[in-house]
Amino acid sequence: MVEPVLQISNLAKNFGALRATDGVTLDLRPGEIHALIGPNGAGKSTLIHQICGTLRQDSGTIRFAGQDIGSLGVAQRAQLGLGRTFQVSSIAPDFSGLRNVMLAVQAKQGSSFRFFKPVMRDRSLIDTAMAMLERVGLTARARIPAAELSHGERRQLEIAMALALGSKAFLLDEPMAGMGPEGSKSLTRFLDTLRHEAPILLVEHDMDAVFALADRISVLVYGRIIATGTVEEIRRDPTVRTAYLGDHA
Amino acid sequence: MREIMIVTRESLINLILAAVLLAVPFAADAFGQPFYVTLATRIAILALAATGLNLALGLGGLVSFGHAAFFGIGGYVAGILAAHAFSGDPLLFGLSGTKQMWVIWIVAVIISGLVGLAIGAISLRTSGVYFIMITLAFAQMVYYFAISWPAYGGEDGLSILVRNQFPGVNTMRPLTFFLICYVVLLLALALFALIRASRFGTALQAARQNEVRVATVGIQPYRIRLTGFAISAAVTGLAGALFADLNRFVSPSMLSWHMSGELIVLIILGGTGRLFGPLAGAALYVIFEYALGGLTERWQFFLGLILLVVVLFARGGLLGLLAGKAKHG
Repeated sequence: MVEPVLQISNLAKNFGALRATDGVTLDLRPGEIHALIGPNGAGKSTLIHQICGTLRQDSGTIRFAGQDIGSLGVAQRAQLGLGRTFQVSSIAPDFSGLRNVMLAVQAKQGSSFRFFKPVMRDRSLIDTAMAMLERVGLTARARIPAAELSHGERRQLEIAMALALGSKAFLLDEPMAGMGPEGSKSLTRFLDTLRHEAPILLVEHDMDAVFALADRISVLVYGRIIATGTVEEIRRDPTVRTAYLGDHA
Repeated sequence: MREIMIVTRESLINLILAAVLLAVPFAADAFGQPFYVTLATRIAILALAATGLNLALGLGGLVSFGHAAFFGIGGYVAGILAAHAFSGDPLLFGLSGTKQMWVIWIVAVIISGLVGLAIGAISLRTSGVYFIMITLAFAQMVYYFAISWPAYGGEDGLSILVRNQFPGVNTMRPLTFFLICYVVLLLALALFALIRASRFGTALQAARQNEVRVATVGIQPYRIRLTGFAISAAVTGLAGALFADLNRFVSPSMLSWHMSGELIVLIILGGTGRLFGPLAGAALYVIFEYALGGLTERWQFFLGLILLVVVLFARGGLLGLLAGKAKHG
């Protein structure tokens, strides 16, 4: 078997008496889209926070790209190639889309302590950033302040930044949230191609997108993974149906 | 096209500001009015100090309420080195004092930069109101230390009998000293512009706009901010050394929290984060102080009113009013 890119084992996190993450074991293999679904309050956000480093787990391990990242900070995990997008897009609003991506490119180059050369005359930054923007289809909007971009465009911008980092895995937190039907469709098509770049851990409520994209699905309920399997297996699973899918499947 | 026009408009205003600041002292000197030369020098030095703070506050969004510490430390470096050079007593490790400005500047930049590094290393672990309070607390510590240290005048301060020297010129001539300060200011503004456009400046400004985003691309915001804070402190420290030479006097008042507040006010008046914001603000402030101060002792009351109007209705300060919204790449 191929070694997983991301391997989470027996992860646990309590907030007082609340078991937000309760012995979660989960892996992400090369080339796959692994969807994480679950009702509101199931602990999806808490899990994501622990994977990307904003929260520290109480116990359990997180291995990424062959090393234990459980005690690293957010920036260090990103440097290792953990690219992430947020439920509510996280961008530098005063900068243009281009300069947002250039920030990611300079981070990838490990060169944020250069004080004199103007970035806007730095071809190595601009060309790489423009290439990323072209891949997500934002070329025409590259020089507009990010604050003026639409919701969907901001999402594209975040993905361009994750691409610029040369990510070894993508952690996408509800990318379909707030997108119109057309936007969801085109984003679904895009994510389908993105998996060839690096595997995707997809947290998503939009079941159409999940069923269309996922190679495997894990279902999180009350902090526990109650089932992991292919789309068909999850559709058929009786516990999942009662706990979550209801009539939808 | 519109963007390009705004950029040129702000550059034009900047150019005019710089030209007026240069022209006034020459005119004053020609008409035998050295007082106005001193006033212009004061503007240049305060603008320099605020340009330092503008790096932390304007670019990094770090509201330091303790920059008087660096301003005062720069001043005391000038005063102490000059006092030892005058008395002939050795300083530390058998080193003697000096009357050479450029040596004093280097020492002031290094010491205030290092103190900035130390204060920043602790303060930057907090944010928001806590950051404001902790920087204030550090500055007050330095202030009380200066008051209670009798070797260098304590509460009474320290006089510099003859202004420090610069090779080849007579610094006691007001216009000459103004030109020295003016050139230093222009160099600091050039440094600010370079940093703002650089990779480091990009990261510093991004950390102001969205800390989480910076960490998510793999840059540690803390290191970026700490570096920015130290550079900011060093520039403000350099201004302090010049201020001591302007007044030929250093006292703990340079270290007081009023001074920290004044620097913040200058930036807000002129335009936060804008290249010439500190100069516009310093000019406005000193002119108010002079014009209103001649009419009433309560001139700061009116300054407060103006500040209120700026904060409520002209968030971009004077430059925002004249040149429109700031533009970022």
